[in-house]
Amino acid sequence: MLAYAVKRIGLGLLILVLVMVAMYAAVFLVPGDPATVALGPRATPELKRLLIERMGLDLPVWWQIVEFFRNALTGNLGYDVWSNRPVSTLVMEALPNTLILGLTALAVALLIGVPLGCLSVMRRGTLADAVIGVLSVGVIAVPSFVVAIYSLLLFAVTLRWLPAIGAGETGDIVSQAKALVMPAAAIALGWIGYIARMVRASMMEVMGEPHIRTARSFGLPEWKIVSKYALRIAIIPTISLVAVGLGSILSSAVFVEAVFARPGIGKLITDAVNTRNYPVVMGTVLIMTAIYVSITIAADLLIARLDPRVRDVFRG
Amino acid sequence: MSSVADASLSVPGRQRLPLLRALLADPFTGVALVLVAGFLITAIFAPWLAPYSPVKIDVLHKLQPPSVEHWFGTDHLGRDLLSRVIYGARTALTIAMVSVAIAGAIGLMLGLIAGYGPRWLDAILVLSFDSLNSLPMIMFALAIITVLGAGTGTLIIVIAATSFPSYARLIRAQTLALKNSDYILAERLLDASPARIIFIHLLPNVVGPLIILLSMDIPVVIMVEAGLSFLGLGVRPPTPSWGSILYDGYTSIRSAPFMVIFGGLPLVLATLGFTFLGEGLRDYLDPRLQLRRPG
Amino acid sequence: MSGSLAASDLSVRYETPHGAVHALRHVDIEAHPGEVIGIVGESGCGKSTLVTALANLLPANARIDGSISYNGVDLAKLDAHRQRLLRGDEIALVSQDPMTAFNPVLTIGDQLVDFQHHRKDLGRAQKRSRIAAMLGRVGIADAERRMDCYPHELSGGMRQRVAIAAALLTDPGLLIADEPTTALDVTMEAQIIHLMRELRREYNGIIIVVSHHLGVIAELCDRVYVMYAGEVVEGGEVDAIFHDARHPYTQALLACDPARFHEKLERLPTIPGTPPNLTQPPSGCVYAPRCDRAFAPCGSVAPPLVKLSASHVARCHAVTP
Repeated sequence: MLAYAVKRIGLGLLILVLVMVAMYAAVFLVPGDPATVALGPRATPELKRLLIERMGLDLPVWWQIVEFFRNALTGNLGYDVWSNRPVSTLVMEALPNTLILGLTALAVALLIGVPLGCLSVMRRGTLADAVIGVLSVGVIAVPSFVVAIYSLLLFAVTLRWLPAIGAGETGDIVSQAKALVMPAAAIALGWIGYIARMVRASMMEVMGEPHIRTARSFGLPEWKIVSKYALRIAIIPTISLVAVGLGSILSSAVFVEAVFARPGIGKLITDAVNTRNYPVVMGTVLIMTAIYVSITIAADLLIARLDPRVRDVFRG
Repeated sequence: MSSVADASLSVPGRQRLPLLRALLADPFTGVALVLVAGFLITAIFAPWLAPYSPVKIDVLHKLQPPSVEHWFGTDHLGRDLLSRVIYGARTALTIAMVSVAIAGAIGLMLGLIAGYGPRWLDAILVLSFDSLNSLPMIMFALAIITVLGAGTGTLIIVIAATSFPSYARLIRAQTLALKNSDYILAERLLDASPARIIFIHLLPNVVGPLIILLSMDIPVVIMVEAGLSFLGLGVRPPTPSWGSILYDGYTSIRSAPFMVIFGGLPLVLATLGFTFLGEGLRDYLDPRLQLRRPG
Repeated sequence: MSGSLAASDLSVRYETPHGAVHALRHVDIEAHPGEVIGIVGESGCGKSTLVTALANLLPANARIDGSISYNGVDLAKLDAHRQRLLRGDEIALVSQDPMTAFNPVLTIGDQLVDFQHHRKDLGRAQKRSRIAAMLGRVGIADAERRMDCYPHELSGGMRQRVAIAAALLTDPGLLIADEPTTALDVTMEAQIIHLMRELRREYNGIIIVVSHHLGVIAELCDRVYVMYAGEVVEGGEVDAIFHDARHPYTQALLACDPARFHEKLERLPTIPGTPPNLTQPPSGCVYAPRCDRAFAPCGSVAPPLVKLSASHVARCHAVTP
């Protein structure tokens, strides 16, 4: 188990390094220097030189990479080219908003999706099962940012029930919660369908296994068979798929944050991409990749904990 | 009935209807097929279907609500919204098909190389597929856009680069499974050339699942294109895209709410249509393949 | 509580997209408290369908005709809820494959506690001490510790003992063992047979043992039913079946049992031909196409059940009392 964890974490670190190296290499290889692109053709040579120095683009590319990682290890991710604020501060300000959004959406999706999947299995072949199935595919298909825009139009602009933009007043839980409702719901909607379908699919597979017949032969009630005997096994593949899918929750968050002007990572990085603010893009990509990679590793280790068969493979 | 219900009986190979009849048999897939066909026709015949030029600016008639002249109204520059929506279908479908085709070709090639090539090459390729797969896609995409600058070409590169690893993995897994099957082993014992094995035996067997996966990714790509264009990081103005129409509508959501409604509707219908069609195809061809993720 | 079991004119068919499969046709069996009944036949002869029907575990596409009377109650007519209340209380099933019979992510103890859910009068601690006692009784040493094991941590033989213990814990009036030794190796098989012989001495309900293995049946049972293509073709005391088989199929089956050969044979005997397609059962005798004693009526007229002695019956045109 420990060896496995070390191997996974090592691979994760390797991926982080590879990503940053690839990004630097790409910046280096692409024709035209970023400073000119960012400032426009009419900028003075002095201004360009200043920007090049700030971005560290005057150094050899391998040295830029080494510097980046050396600084990153001490918590220094460079400085915003335009405002000169530390990138780490910008990321730390934006990160909580995105994490709260993503985790709330995921929690809501699990709380609704898992029971729906179970219900589908218990009522398999009935109208309820079919309706849940079709609705699931439907909500998976609809892009979350369109849901966001439509709900903005309906609940904020037309009905004025909820605030249209922002993350709520600092220190005011109620206003923050109100600002969270629509973005979280917009992301969660598709995930409810996805989780319901995954739970149903892996549960149907489990329900055909002989041990379920054993539980039936002892007359256990169907709800108990589904919620304890089948779900314990069926949830394992679901967890790993959800962990891998966190990347797409992050994608949705980027778009949804743009719709609701929520000051999160999504907004930070899209603004930075629009203004060619390299240090902010690099720093944010590094942090988000690190978080995402750690979550996938954590999910794998959690699966190993949940499934005693896998646990023993790693122990032995 | 469900698989559990008739688990006690092994039903020998279920009978197959012809593809089109099978797809039309399910009402949702049937409606999806009609939707997709509609969007394809709209995209192909856009110049004949659109009542106006999608880029003709008429500031005097900006933000007009739907009327007899402008069925969907006009945008903040007075452009006819219906025409922009029709051309938007062309943009969305072109980008989706081209980038998915490119990603599919790359994935097919690398997957075959990894599955059939020497072991060290396989190890390197798998490590790179896994590395790419373990990145949050949106971050990867935004990083590429930062470097290359927004535009249609970048969009295609972004989509191809973020989606080929999963295709390559699928092809590799299929290739490995087939490579060790008895009939390929027999071929190899008969000294068949690798080219013969790859093109006569492997390729026809691996493309089926790939096509399902590609068809299921088309709605995702349509969504990504619209999303990035919404953020101003996709196709460049004035090219009409459903995403940029949504953004234009979003900026005047209070004064002209019809713009987001008409901008979003074709996007929702297209992703629904392609998703249900993809599901239908998957159920028909290979029900064990995974489901698509929400966007 | 224990009562008699009688299935009369029991037929089961599975509805499939390719038509109905008549897995069981006009089966009559009976069993009384204290008896061990054997059901023997080739794979696909309907013996699993029969015990699945007795345990009320048929899949949703199965249709039942006839009656299964247990203790005066017709099981086939009960609603799903009443059927469920009987399972794990009055009727217990020891399933086929001990390797897959238990839930892999729950401990043995946890599952055996759940399996006693009909005993509302017992607390969790009492249920656990009953489990420990029962595991000891089926020959599992260190029962307290074994309870906290996951199924994969136990050997196949041990798991089959646990499966038997689980069934006995519910104190059933009807205990069904579906191929209890098929998945085990020979030494384990001998041990489980030994265990079941011991248990039958202290048990006064009905035990039904299903096997395609004649030796197991001969070792354990008082009476035997021989099944072929969904029908009971012969039934009687174990001695009568093994020493005075009258139905041509039973005779052929016995002739093919390697355990009964006295010398080494050049070629193992087999029954030529294959069992009939159960989507369209033959109108005459089901065994006629493979029978070496078939004559005119066999192909068209269903043979009657011929009573050979008080308990010995055979369904054949060629036998006479």
